[in-house]
Amino acid sequence: MIAALASPMLTTPWPIIKTHRENSDTFTLELEPPESNGPFAFKPGQFNMLYVFGVGEIPISISSDAGNPETILHTTRKVGTVTNALGELRTGDSIGIRGPFGTNWPVEEAVGKDVVIVAGGIGLAPLRPALLHLLEHRRQYKNVILLYGSRTPEEMLFRKDLEKWSSQLDIQVYVTVDRATRSWRGMVGVVTPLVHRAPFDRKNAVAMVCGPEIMMRYATEELQRRGVPDDMIYLSMERNMKCAIGMCGHCQYSSEFICKDGPVFSYDRIAHLMGKNEV
Amino acid sequence: MGEAISNYAKRILPSTDLDRLLEALQQKGYTLVGPTVRENAIVLEEIEGAEDLPVGWTETQEAGSYKLSRNGSEEYFDFASGPHSFKKYLFPPRLKLWQAKRHRAGFKVEQENDQAPSYAFIGVRSCDLCAIEIQDKVFMGDSYVDPVYKERREKAFILAVNCTKPGNLCFCSSMDTGPKAKSGYDLAVTEQLKESEHVFLIQAGSEKGHELLEALELADADEGAVEFENKQLEDAATSMGRFLDTHKLPSVLKNNFEHPRWEQIADRCLSCANCTLVCPTCFCHTVEDTTDLTGDVAERWRQWDSCFTGDFTYFAGGSARASTKSRYRQWLTHKLSTWTDQFGTFGCVGCGRCIAWCPVGIDLTEEAAAIRATDLVSD
Ligand SMILES: Cc1cc2nc3c(=O)[nH]c(=O)nc-3n(C[C@H](O)[C@H](O)[C@H](O)COP(=O)(O)OP(=O)(O)OC[C@H]3O[C@@H](n4cnc5c(N)ncnc54)[C@H](O)[C@@H]3O)c2cc1C
Ligand code: SF4
Ligand code: SF4
Ligand code: FES
Repeated sequence: MIAALASPMLTTPWPIIKTHRENSDTFTLELEPPESNGPFAFKPGQFNMLYVFGVGEIPISISSDAGNPETILHTTRKVGTVTNALGELRTGDSIGIRGPFGTNWPVEEAVGKDVVIVAGGIGLAPLRPALLHLLEHRRQYKNVILLYGSRTPEEMLFRKDLEKWSSQLDIQVYVTVDRATRSWRGMVGVVTPLVHRAPFDRKNAVAMVCGPEIMMRYATEELQRRGVPDDMIYLSMERNMKCAIGMCGHCQYSSEFICKDGPVFSYDRIAHLMGKNEV
Repeated sequence: MGEAISNYAKRILPSTDLDRLLEALQQKGYTLVGPTVRENAIVLEEIEGAEDLPVGWTETQEAGSYKLSRNGSEEYFDFASGPHSFKKYLFPPRLKLWQAKRHRAGFKVEQENDQAPSYAFIGVRSCDLCAIEIQDKVFMGDSYVDPVYKERREKAFILAVNCTKPGNLCFCSSMDTGPKAKSGYDLAVTEQLKESEHVFLIQAGSEKGHELLEALELADADEGAVEFENKQLEDAATSMGRFLDTHKLPSVLKNNFEHPRWEQIADRCLSCANCTLVCPTCFCHTVEDTTDLTGDVAERWRQWDSCFTGDFTYFAGGSARASTKSRYRQWLTHKLSTWTDQFGTFGCVGCGRCIAWCPVGIDLTEEAAAIRATDLVSD
C-alpha cells in the first residue's frame, strides 16, 4: 500500500549557507541544493515553493544566475506570516524547497533583438537571472536596457549589481525613485514614463516587465505606445498559490493557471484580462 | 463523453443475486462503497451488502431542497444524485500528505503512506463516471501526478448503474454525460422491474469486470430485455428535469464578464461554498502546514477548499476576488467556459447537486440561460 510515486507536494530540506540584507524589509537567502537530489537546473523567471518548518509554504522567484545553479538565491520581501518567518532564519538553518516551477523569461526568443527590462520594487528579483543571462551572452543581443523604479534610494535591491551595471558600457541602466532622500542625485518619479525615451528599436525589441500589477499595466501601455507588439511584451503575474502544480486551483486567472501556464506570459495571451476587476 | 465501446455480452442478473455479485467483489478484497440512507438523504458510505442499499427509498429534489421519501418500490436504484459523490474517496476531503521532524539544524520529511483499501464503487451513475474522468485529468492528466489519487483510482472497481429515471434537477443529456454509462466502468447494470420479474441487465466494460461476471455464470440477456433497456434509456434521455443549452456557451460566458446578471445573483448567493463541496468535479483545495506543541514535528495536510471563500485568492494584502459577484462569476464561468480551455471538457456533468444543495436555490442552468438570453455581445 506504499505510494509508489513521490508526491509532488513533498518538500526537500536545503541548507541556508548565507543570508544578506538587501534593505529594511527585503533579504536574500543563499541556498545549497542537496547533492542527493541530483543537479538542480532552472531557467530565468522560474520560481520555487519555499517552506518554513511548520509555518507555511510560498512561491518565491529564483534571483540567482541560471548559469551557476550550484547555489541558489531567493530574494524576499517581508509582508506576512511566511515571509517574516523566512526572514528570521540564519545560516545553517534549512528550508524546504519544491521546484523549479513555471514559465521563464524569453531569453532565447530575444536573441538578435534589443531587450528592455522594466522592474518595480521587488520585481527586480525575478528579472535578475534574465539580466545575468543577457550579460553573460552579451554578444547575442543588441541594446540591453534596464529601467528600475524603487520607492526610495534606500530600498533599491541588488545595489552592488546596479552600481556595476551602471558603470558598464554594454547595458544602459536608468534608476528612478518615487521619493528622493537627501543624498539622491538621480531621477525622481515612477518608472513607466522612462519607457518613452529608452533607446530601443520598437520593431526589433523584446520587453520583460515585473512589478506590482498596476505598474505592469502602465508599463505595457507605454510600450504599446512606442509600438512594441503585444507578443513581444512579457509580464510575470502573481496570484495566491498553494500547490504550484496546477491542482489546487488557487492561482487561476480565467483559463490560465498562473503556476504552470505562467508566471511569465506574453501580453497578447492575457491582454483581454488585464485591467478587468476581480478576474 | 466518449462512445460506447463495450463488446462484452449482456447477461441477466436476477435481483436476488445482487448479493452474489457484491460478495464476489468482497472476496476479491474490495471494500464496497455505495448509496445508503443516512440522516434524511441517500449518501455514499461503506456498505456490507445489498441490504444496505436504499431499497424502497427515493427522493424529490427542487432548487434548494432535497426530500427523502419512501416509495415502497422494490428497486435498488430508484433515486438521483445525493449530496455525496465518489470524489470523497478518490480525493478525500482532508488528507495528510507528509510529516517532518526536526533533525540537527534541519529536518527530515516523510511521505504519508495512504492506507486506503481498494474500493468497489457501487451504483455509479454515468454523470458521476464522467466526473471521475474529469478529475482524472486534473490529478493525473498532466506532468504532475497526485499519487494518492492515482493509486486509489487505479485500484478501484466501478459498478455503474444506467439511469432510467432521471431526477427533476438532472441535465446529463445536455452535457452528453448520460443517462447511459458509455465507458470507464468495469460492470454496468440496468435495473428492470417488470410485473413478473426484477432483474439487472449486466454488461462488462473491462477485463476485470468480465472475469468477475464469468464467474457468476449468468444467463445471456434475451432480445426482449435488451429492447426494453433501449426503451428505458431513450425515455430517460428525454425526461430530464433541467436543460442547458451548451452551444457556444464558453464564449457566451467569457463575453459577458460585465453582465448585470452577476450582480443580481450576488444579491442571493451567500457565498457559502455548498455548491462546490457537493460538485463531483470541483477539485480546488488548500494546503495547511502545522506543528505539534513541541514544535519539533510538522505536518502538511490537504483539504477541500472553495473559490467562494475569502482566503482563496488572498495575496498582496487583499483578495483578488473580494465580491460575491466575482466569486459566483468565477465558479460558473469556470464550470461552463474556462474549464474547456484547461481540460478540453466542461467542468459540469449535469448531476444537479449544486441546485438542490444551494440553500437559496440558485440554479446554474437558469443563470446560464438568463445570461445567454441577454447576451451583451451576441454574434
Ligand atoms: C510566482 C511568484 C513569484 C514570487 N516571487 C517573489 C519574490 O521573488 N520575492 C518576494 O518577496 N515575493 C515573491 N512573490 C510573492 C510572495 O509569494 C508573497 O509575498 C508571499 O506568498 C506572502 O506570504 P506571507 O505568508 O508572508 O504573507 P501573508 O499575507 O501572511 O500570506 C497569506 C496567504 O496569502 C498568500 N499570499 C500573500 N501574498 C501573496 C502574493 N503576493 N503572491 C502570492 N500569494 C500570496 C500566501 O501564500 C498565503 O496563502 C511571488 C509570488 C508569486 C506568485
Ligand atoms: S456544477 Fe452542479 S450540476 Fe454541474 S456537475 Fe457540479 S454539482 Fe453537478
Ligand atoms: S450558489 Fe448557492 S451553494 Fe453556491 S455559494 Fe452561492 S449560496 Fe452557496
Ligand atoms: S498554485 Fe495550485 S493550481 Fe496553481
